[in-house]
Amino acid sequence: MVDIVKQPGRLRPAPENFLSDEQVKAVGSGRRDFLRKSFLAAGAALTAPLAARASEGDANILQNPAWTTSLGQPVAARPYGMPSQYESQLLRRESPGLARVGGASVSFAPLQGLFGIITPSGLHFERHHQGWHDIDPSKHRLMVNGSDDSLLKKAKVYTLDELMRLPSASRIHFIECGANTGLEWGNVAVPTVQYTHGMLSCSEFTGVPLKYLLDDCGVDYKKARYVLAEGADGSSMTRTIPMEMVESGEVMVAYGQNGEMLRPENGYPLRLVVPGVQGVSWVKWLRRIEVGDQPYATKDEAVHYIDLLPNGLHRQYSSVQEAKSVITTPSGGQTLLDHGFYNVSGLAWSGRGKIKQVDVSFDGGINWQTARLEGPIQNKALTRFNINWVWDGKPAILQSRAMDETGYVQPTYGQLRKVRGTKSIYHNNAIQSWKIIESGEVSNVQVL
Amino acid sequence: MFKFSSASFCLRGTKTLLVFALFSASTAALAFDNFKGVGRPATPAEVKAWDIDVRPDFKGLPKGSGSVDQGQELFEAKCASCHGTFGESNEVFTPLVGGTTKDDMKTGRVKGLSSGELPQRTTFTKVATISTVFDYIQRAMPWTAPKSLKPDEVYAILAYMLNLSEMVPADFVLSDKNIAEVQKLLPNRNGMTTDHGMWPGAPAKKGGIGNGGVPDTANKACMKNCKQEVQIGSTLPEYARTAHGELAEQNRSFGPVRGTRTLGPEAAKKAADAGTLELATKSGCMACHGIKSKIVGPGYNEVVARYAGQTDAESRLIGKVKAGGQGVWGSVPMPPNAHLKDEDVKTLVQWILSGAK
Repeated sequence: MVDIVKQPGRLRPAPENFLSDEQVKAVGSGRRDFLRKSFLAAGAALTAPLAARASEGDANILQNPAWTTSLGQPVAARPYGMPSQYESQLLRRESPGLARVGGASVSFAPLQGLFGIITPSGLHFERHHQGWHDIDPSKHRLMVNGSDDSLLKKAKVYTLDELMRLPSASRIHFIECGANTGLEWGNVAVPTVQYTHGMLSCSEFTGVPLKYLLDDCGVDYKKARYVLAEGADGSSMTRTIPMEMVESGEVMVAYGQNGEMLRPENGYPLRLVVPGVQGVSWVKWLRRIEVGDQPYATKDEAVHYIDLLPNGLHRQYSSVQEAKSVITTPSGGQTLLDHGFYNVSGLAWSGRGKIKQVDVSFDGGINWQTARLEGPIQNKALTRFNINWVWDGKPAILQSRAMDETGYVQPTYGQLRKVRGTKSIYHNNAIQSWKIIESGEVSNVQVL
Repeated sequence: MFKFSSASFCLRGTKTLLVFALFSASTAALAFDNFKGVGRPATPAEVKAWDIDVRPDFKGLPKGSGSVDQGQELFEAKCASCHGTFGESNEVFTPLVGGTTKDDMKTGRVKGLSSGELPQRTTFTKVATISTVFDYIQRAMPWTAPKSLKPDEVYAILAYMLNLSEMVPADFVLSDKNIAEVQKLLPNRNGMTTDHGMWPGAPAKKGGIGNGGVPDTANKACMKNCKQEVQIGSTLPEYARTAHGELAEQNRSFGPVRGTRTLGPEAAKKAADAGTLELATKSGCMACHGIKSKIVGPGYNEVVARYAGQTDAESRLIGKVKAGGQGVWGSVPMPPNAHLKDEDVKTLVQWILSGAK
């Protein structure tokens, strides 16, 4: 039958050509229904041999697929759109053994498959201290008060209705947990960029600059140099923020994330946005702001989120996320398909401002080339970098090195450990290395 | 922020007019004395209800007291299931007490932090401010019922923890009157430094914290022949390669790369089975069902045998798990499981029918 189909000009063979001797006999004996079934079989036979005709071209082109030859689904079939069924592998995931209870754990964003700089809200990393709730916005309140009544003219309460009437700002900022890459301080511990760097996300946040609210309450900025932010979750998590950052206008009380309301896991309906500062200060489910004349030494700045140094001292109130970068494609746990051209792509960010330059090395840091930065390059936001590469099939070690607008250059593991040892847990911004072997497999290594 | 963006626009010259328009709009918003009709004064009762934070100088500390004995009783009832009877447990959270010595109490520096003798840091090896511990117990503990403790109970629990840390005797009563004395005994009270560049506010020399943003490393953007050789300090251990599941399934199935196959089909099935068993345990199934034996309800092997060859077995079982039932396997009823997520029920049923392991 294959031969028949391949004969030019005979694309619709007569039905008898499809009938076996036995079947012809059946027809002859009057069992005509068999003939009808044969027509159906003929239709199927027409399609089957096409796959065998590779010499003529790609079957995906030569034969129109079902989606080109049938009616698609109507509008609003899914009133809240979801990713394609073929995208089910990119999920936020936990690292086994990192925490014993899900309410005080972390899920990492799948950086290995994301493009550009915006993290889809459903893939934004999570870190909760006592579980998350889906808070009824009509019952949520924000209170602004002082550690002392003399620090402001009046303590006030705001509803969402009121906060959303105020002048708003929308800005793109990265948020990175202070413990991101913390598993790797001593040695390589996890296989992929999701687990090495996935406590990192970037969104457009919309909200009210906190300064507007403090102005509205008549805060005495001469005396009140610190702000305490408090959440409405069970842990009512608290952190100290410097008033200088609030005065700069950068700190926002945000309700919007990527064009919609914040997701519950990210603080719905209100969270603090503290650009450039580690995620723990971006208090979620924000319910209270207290202005004060000294820092608060809260649990997450006096027991956790303190950086142990080799001399036994802990750095307290370490908040800024220093310049850092990582190559996301190709990255650990991936395998290159073939030799030849690749667009090597990654992310760079700095808590001190804009990214100025990103250099990439393919030989473990002996030689470097400057990558293309994809604009617009924004203050305290992720910046995507790309660089062309032709893989010749030989082993390689890929690294990226960020420089920010202050001139600070991302350190090597050797440089960082020399000052901070290996037990700091927090603020590991060392240069990440990915080793590629002949098979194309990429794995996590540390170059000193 | 507004100053920042206006300055950067001004450099472009031609955009200056637009910039001034934007800038004045922003300052206009700031120029309001207040946002009329927005917000209302907080009542004293409201402030009292929410403003429970306690600072290092003990501002905000409620009046009250509690003894070590009372604390032990409360700790065993409300805290020990996570933290262990003596606050030593590492099962759920990092330990609360341990690792400190009488010498540390004298110096205010926990020696184990620098000597390397400390196997693991505990809360009392780290914390430099006793207010922090009081504040956190009061606002966030116990784990499943935060803010349920009265001030006297918080004092008592903290007194017990201080006794476990050998800071106070067994007959000690902690109160708002003597907590400042306890602060002077904290083993790591001198163990913090703020001399670093990672505080984003005013530096210490201007009354703030830190060194004003001076970093502690100084890498250079060298471009050519930057070193003689590449020294690899660490590579991914084999156990870590497979500990995070099948990496092939954590990447797209198309594009420039594929996820590396780390487990293979058999191991992947095993990992999935282990995950589902955990789900079954968490969902309460394993309390009544065994995998290979009857407990209260039928063993999963019996379920598989009964439904073998039935094409609608999966949908029927999903229905039974969700709605519950009685009579098929005897008189003990299976309770309904409406609280389980649909996808979890489906995973569980498929796991059972495929020969749960």
